[in-house]
Amino acid sequence: MTDTEVVVVGGGSTGCGVARDLAMRGLDVTLVEKGNLTHGTTGRMHGLLHSGGRYAVSDQSSARECIAENRVLREIAGHCVEMTGGQFVQLEGDPDEYFEEKLAGCRECGIPAEVLTGQQARAEEPYLTDDVKRSIRVPDGAVDPFRLCVANAASAERHGARIETHAEVVDVLADGDDVFGVQVRHDSGPGKREHARTGERERITAEYVVNATGAWAGQIGELAGVDVAVRPSKGAMVVMNCRQVDTVVNRCRPKGDADIVVPHETTAILGTTDVEVEDPEDYSEERWEVDLMIDELSALVPILREARTVRSFWGVRPLYEPPGTGTRDPTDITRDYFLLDHAERDDLSGFASIVGGKFTTYRLMAEEIADHVCAELGVSASCRTADEPLPGSEDFTVLREYMDEFGLRSPVGRRSVQRLGSRADEVLSTDGPNPVLCDCEAVTRAEVRDAIDQSGTDLNAVRIRTRASMGNCQGGLCCHRMAAELHPEYGEPQARAALDELFEERWKGERHALWGEQLSQAALTYALHATTMNRDRDPADGASVEYAAFDAGGADGD
Amino acid sequence: MAIEDDVAVVGGGIAGMTAALAAAREGATVRVISHKDSTLRSASGLVDVLGYPPRSGGSSGDSDASESPAGDAGPLADPFEAIPDLPEDHPYTAVGLEGVRAALSLFDEAVDGYRGGHTDRNALVPTHGGTVKPTARYPASVAPGLASDPRETLLVGFETVTDFDAPLAADHLRAAGVPFEVRGVTVRFPGAFRADARVTRLADALDADERLEAGDDPSGVSTSLPARGALAAVVKPRLGDAERVGFPAVLGRHETPSIRADLEAELGAAVFEVPTGPPSLPGMRLEGALRGACRDAGVRFTTGDPVAGYETGADGEIAALRVERNGAAIPFHAESVVLATGGLVGKGVDSDRESVREPVFDCHVPHPADRYEWFDDDAFGDHAFARFGVATDGDLRPLDARGDPEHANLRAAGGVLGGYDFAAEKSGAGVSLATGRAAGRAAARQVSDS
Ligand SMILES: Cc1cc2nc3c(=O)[nH]c(=O)nc-3n(C[C@H](O)[C@H](O)[C@H](O)COP(=O)(O)OP(=O)(O)OC[C@H]3O[C@@H](n4cnc5c(N)ncnc54)[C@H](O)[C@@H]3O)c2cc1C
Ligand SMILES: Cc1cc2nc3c(=O)[nH]c(=O)nc-3n(C[C@H](O)[C@H](O)[C@H](O)COP(=O)(O)OP(=O)(O)OC[C@H]3O[C@@H](n4cnc5c(N)ncnc54)[C@H](O)[C@@H]3O)c2cc1C
Repeated sequence: MTDTEVVVVGGGSTGCGVARDLAMRGLDVTLVEKGNLTHGTTGRMHGLLHSGGRYAVSDQSSARECIAENRVLREIAGHCVEMTGGQFVQLEGDPDEYFEEKLAGCRECGIPAEVLTGQQARAEEPYLTDDVKRSIRVPDGAVDPFRLCVANAASAERHGARIETHAEVVDVLADGDDVFGVQVRHDSGPGKREHARTGERERITAEYVVNATGAWAGQIGELAGVDVAVRPSKGAMVVMNCRQVDTVVNRCRPKGDADIVVPHETTAILGTTDVEVEDPEDYSEERWEVDLMIDELSALVPILREARTVRSFWGVRPLYEPPGTGTRDPTDITRDYFLLDHAERDDLSGFASIVGGKFTTYRLMAEEIADHVCAELGVSASCRTADEPLPGSEDFTVLREYMDEFGLRSPVGRRSVQRLGSRADEVLSTDGPNPVLCDCEAVTRAEVRDAIDQSGTDLNAVRIRTRASMGNCQGGLCCHRMAAELHPEYGEPQARAALDELFEERWKGERHALWGEQLSQAALTYALHATTMNRDRDPADGASVEYAAFDAGGADGD
Repeated sequence: MAIEDDVAVVGGGIAGMTAALAAAREGATVRVISHKDSTLRSASGLVDVLGYPPRSGGSSGDSDASESPAGDAGPLADPFEAIPDLPEDHPYTAVGLEGVRAALSLFDEAVDGYRGGHTDRNALVPTHGGTVKPTARYPASVAPGLASDPRETLLVGFETVTDFDAPLAADHLRAAGVPFEVRGVTVRFPGAFRADARVTRLADALDADERLEAGDDPSGVSTSLPARGALAAVVKPRLGDAERVGFPAVLGRHETPSIRADLEAELGAAVFEVPTGPPSLPGMRLEGALRGACRDAGVRFTTGDPVAGYETGADGEIAALRVERNGAAIPFHAESVVLATGGLVGKGVDSDRESVREPVFDCHVPHPADRYEWFDDDAFGDHAFARFGVATDGDLRPLDARGDPEHANLRAAGGVLGGYDFAAEKSGAGVSLATGRAAGRAAARQVSDS
């Protein structure tokens, strides 16, 4: 008897999608992720729900998959998707032939595409430059990768799966040529993350192991003694303070860096670059990348030049190409995905890797690998993930109408219900008062507590579930409020450690936006935390203080 | 008719108002021109002088200042002892130890309701984050809470005042080794306030002692109680043996002494505030007190519009300031000018992707050329940006890139000065007071000399 039927390694969109799919087919699944969910590339992507338009010329099979999955996700993940629509914009001087190819490509792939005149394009997107010649309208959208991933994991759990975050695979267990499980190291636990609790090691045996570690797939492959040649390629994204655009704006040019702006919640995100890196976790984040985004994309949307950015972040694409392809330029490596059956490829049974691909098609990738695993294990059950809505997206439209019921001011209520979807009722109905903790993103105490229930003391996991601390102030005004919600369920030292961790994480991205308004914002945050709270010299962290040496109060008895 | 003053002060924060007060006391006619709210709206209302020695100390123009911070050295018990050893470019060096002391005397005399002047020692004030921090002057409402006072303490938080979690702060203070027993409780603020009522709304209710819904009495009739009594009634059953009770800083905008007195009478324990903000009620009270002192000294205020430029005379001195109002530039003439527009927070220092500047007079602001050297990779690391501001000569005149005064009759004070990281060393209001006084006095004397 094994501990579980299938171990899925990696809690990104692919891993969570595979776990949900297999669990819905009745298999006993354990997912292990070394960070929080979306710790990898999934938490560091651009947020574009592809229409397929971007691949309509270069990679039509991907384009077809994208438009199909785009339609599926609108149905099953309504609370994670915003159908903004998008445009491929041709500026004066951009090649006509490419525009025509793009249009033809979209039509060949079944992507609804409509040509807009320059004037129509600007009517739709008023901040576009005057230099717009014309554009192609496509059904691009915005997707929240955090919410979608968490919903997949929640659905998997509802179907009996075990989801372990902060559980790193440190060894793949093999008996000769058969993989029979993994060895994991828990940060704390097993169970929910808890700062200051020492973790255990655990052997999890299984009939099948799925390597869904994206850009890290080579490392897991190595633990199993097989070669998985992922070529990680980094991309930079710059987050703006507000939605300068309400639709996805793509530059209609063959290929290039910094050619797309995606509206996302309260922000717009500029992207991106494509530079191959050695290590998916250790690469440089550079000034030129930030400057390039702003300089290039302000040709498309001029107000971006003077607009405020709140942070930048980088993600690493898990690009893969079959051995021997040898593509030089990473931008030319296919965006397609590959299922590597190590039994067939390396004579190692019970083990498969899934690499490449993109977020938009995660469900399809998951379906393919789940089919494969079921075939290997002799299970006959069919995939239902395209039909069953995710938790939060059930009866969503009905709920939207009740959103004023939670005693919240309407802008707050609206944002909360958009995030929570059909879970709003369950989360927002509380006994006590429900104040807003994060003003920038309108996140209330009830949402933060709900997220803590799911993820323990990991405030970054709370952040991705709620968006708290992701707005203009980058957590300066709310990090400590979020940490306070951990107490008294968790101890003060744990709340302190969790706060420090979140604060550093926020700083990591905000550093890249330090000029103008955001530098003033950062100076305010620094003052609030260092001066008002004295968190930089917290005596609880450092040397003991000789209290008797200080003023104990005035002689006047006050 | 042209507007004509001896001294014009640009910026109405703690530095600008101190400069104005000092200049007025020298007999000058003084006008403060201030655009928006000052940083006191966000700051705690404490007056720090020097809580920790500065880090190994580089100026903002010098990027290898990143050696280890002052380490785990504890807070300075005596801030004055350390002042003579500060680096050359620290603003305290320009005014000297005596300048700092004189400014505190001016403050103590001009502003009612502050404590700490009876000793040179720093006080350790409990913060809303549960740490303690060293400061030199503190509002009377904060005084009973000092961490070196051994009385048993109850901290009271409110469900909807989210910046202060009293039970967590109490546990944190214990971890910080404070020499007293401390407990925290969270209660509901009496009355039917919305969950997102601002702290200023709660303060108003206490100021006016508004009658608040106190729920239903046993016979089902709803009762109302005056706010102060209602609050005391909520806290009283939780008091235990505590001899003092700390609240987040919501105890009124104007009536803080009587609110505290009423609560103390009901509770039979001392009542204090733990500074919170933004918005910071203690900061607003301090702003009001300074403004009152300035008005009493005859200072005039022009608020709501920015100084957008200036005119120079034949000698290169500033002859007039241009205040932008409804799209027009109105000249304000003055013999001598004090720049007190604040730092990055007050908008006295501005930047873009390429450079850092002082926007009103375009004074030189030393800074590394590459913006990736403006910050440290740790959130609480040694940030060059924290020391951004103008460099001055010993007379507080901003210096240009060559080291010469930008204008003979322009001085700078407070947050707009460079060379110190007030957040790390805990010296913000102290530097504003000391340099404000010195700049204001020098400006007035320059007028009377000419
Ligand atoms: C810059 C950029 C922009 C992008 N934009 C888009 C877009 O707009 N739209 C779109 O559709 N796609 C986009 N993509 C592609 C998309 O983000 C990825 O294809 C997708 O998120 C990959 O998901 P994944 O689950 O395969 O990998 P990941 O999300 O990386 O998941 C792998 C997980 O494995 C975990 N792991 C690694 N090692 C171990 C171990 N030893 N033990 C346990 N766990 C481990 C990692 O922590 C990680 O969480 C973008 C990619 C990049 C880089
Ligand atoms: C969150 C926070 C907490 C703090 N806590 C403490 C503390 O506990 N103890 C302590 O000692 N210090 C503290 N400080 C630091 C202290 O508050 C500041 O150092 C001090 O307030 C700076 O005062 P200032 O007068 O120089 O500038 P500011 O208060 O910033 O005032 C500048 C004024 O100039 C005006 N202005 C700017 N440009 C123009 C223009 N062009 N025309 C006209 N007016 C203009 C602004 O509108 C503003 O009113 C804190 C600061 C912050 C941000």
